[in-house]
Amino acid sequence: FLSLFQQRIEIQKLREGDNLILGFSIGGGIDQDASQNPFSEDKADKGIYVTRVSKGGPAEVAGLRIGDKIMQVNGWDMTMVTHDQARKRLTKKKEDVVRLLITRKSLEETVRQSMMQH
Amino acid sequence: MDTDSIHSGYSHHSNRSRGSNKQSERSSRDRHKSHSRDSSSRSDKNVTISASSAQPQQPDQGSAPTDAQDDNWGETTTAVTGTSDHSLSQEDLAGFGKETDGPVEKLNCIRFIPLALTLLLGLLVLVTPLSFLVLPQVLWPERLQACGTACEGLFLSLAFKLLILLLAGWALFVRPTRASLPRIAVFRALLGLLTLLLLLSYWLFFGVRILDSQEENYHGIVQFAVSLVDALLFIHYLAVVLLEIRHLQPCFSLCVVRSTDGETHHYNLGQLSIQRAALVILQHYYKDFSVHNPALLTAAKSRAAKHLAGLKVYNVDGAGSDAATAQSRAKIAAAARQRDTSHNELYYEEAEHDRRVRKRKARLVVAVEEAFTHVRRLQEEEKKKPPGDEMDPREAAQAIFPSMARALQKYLRTTRQQHCHSMDSIQAHLAFCITNNMTPKAFLESYLMAGPTLQYGRECWQTRQWTLVSEASVTSPLHHGSEFQLKSSDFSLVVTSKTIPHLKLSEEYVHPKSHKFVLQLQSETSV
Repeated sequence: FLSLFQQRIEIQKLREGDNLILGFSIGGGIDQDASQNPFSEDKADKGIYVTRVSKGGPAEVAGLRIGDKIMQVNGWDMTMVTHDQARKRLTKKKEDVVRLLITRKSLEETVRQSMMQH
Repeated sequence: MDTDSIHSGYSHHSNRSRGSNKQSERSSRDRHKSHSRDSSSRSDKNVTISASSAQPQQPDQGSAPTDAQDDNWGETTTAVTGTSDHSLSQEDLAGFGKETDGPVEKLNCIRFIPLALTLLLGLLVLVTPLSFLVLPQVLWPERLQACGTACEGLFLSLAFKLLILLLAGWALFVRPTRASLPRIAVFRALLGLLTLLLLLSYWLFFGVRILDSQEENYHGIVQFAVSLVDALLFIHYLAVVLLEIRHLQPCFSLCVVRSTDGETHHYNLGQLSIQRAALVILQHYYKDFSVHNPALLTAAKSRAAKHLAGLKVYNVDGAGSDAATAQSRAKIAAAARQRDTSHNELYYEEAEHDRRVRKRKARLVVAVEEAFTHVRRLQEEEKKKPPGDEMDPREAAQAIFPSMARALQKYLRTTRQQHCHSMDSIQAHLAFCITNNMTPKAFLESYLMAGPTLQYGRECWQTRQWTLVSEASVTSPLHHGSEFQLKSSDFSLVVTSKTIPHLKLSEEYVHPKSHKFVLQLQSETSV
């Protein structure tokens, strides 16, 4: 099911010492407790959500916001992965750039509102 | 007990000015003292008089509203000394005691009639089988056929069965009666009648079949006697089931409320008649309900008197047929409109009272703890060489009592319990606590909390005469929604009953290995 309210974000990884960091934190996963997710609308949603975005980091610069749900990372699906798998897909040392497909609640609302106006 | 001129508990509620208080205090204190002296030497029945005769003081105080009257109260009225019309003199008290002696004796006699009847029936039960055996031997010994071992066996069993019957009868029936109920106990009367009927029918058969025809088969006669004893044992079994076992299974829940202060307790009872249920409730009353303290209720009564006295209604249009209801309605409407500040008074009065009680309690606790440090149990080695001033518990109690007496008396006056505890009872309790190595807190607990009526001396355990007030007949069984009242002289207990609902218990099997758990994780990783 392809949702219409999606946005593509491209983040350039920042090199800090020996690590490549993206500047945000993720939560969720199929092995986690979905009912404690403050950002999801449906409390049974076991997707990967952005729980924190560090200020001035590459993610914030690229337009990622807290509460975004990550649907794909570089073409890999993130809706049915465990927490650890998600972390691994985001922190591949060989990749400098990650292209995320995210969906956002506020995005849905703006699109819905613009659709209703017509 | 103390030598200061602190006013006694009853004039504590007086709303008169301070100036005229001194004379009224002294008079009321004198009255109180004379009553306590009289009452301590008499039976419990007379103490109710002293408590209730001081109560008429309250309406007196309530009806002296203005200050101008208060100032002259001490000089102009005659109700100052101990011989006023509101106090009873020594002769009156003596006369009252004599009056109640007569009915009390009659009641004692009536109480023993059921016991006498039971003993008579028991004697008859004992004599009948023995006479069945003995009479043929006496009247026609030559014609009787001797029977050997079979008869001997029957004699043995008869003897033992009679012994068992007598012991069981003694255990069940020959007990001091706990109470005298207003109507006869139905089950006991029925059982007595049944036994009598059985004995009569056996005597009839014996008379007709055996005595008249001079039966020769002695074996048959012995079997006849044994069958009588068997039947009597079965009647005894019936008695045990009806009198003792049937009412053990609880099926009613009774709610008992005391009318004066609303204290409530619940009891579960089985199927009983109303009078037997009342008996059970009264037995629980003495150990569950805190002691009835009339001194605690006077504040509410004075407030009620003030509400009533607030408004007067004048009929200016002449007398009408519905004047009374119109007047009361007008009073209620006017009272509702009036800005009543009595709730304010109540709030501050109660806060002040709580503060005073806590202060006195603190002083009391400190005084008692200090008093207890002065006395110590004599050790074993010290007993061998006598120090010279060893005391038994009563003397030790008397020695340390004065140091805490004043604090204790002030506390009892503040919580209005002073009439429940006499100096003797306090000293006896102190000696008891010292003997049993109790701490000061254990000693004080019976004064800090109002305990059940059983805890106090006979002076407070006044009412043994209760009246059962019921719309249904008192021998009818309890049912859902039955109500009755148990009235005593100062208060009444209102009892309502409800059936315990039918409980449906179902089963759910849990496999021992079915308890499995997973962890709930919420991790957050930064990337």
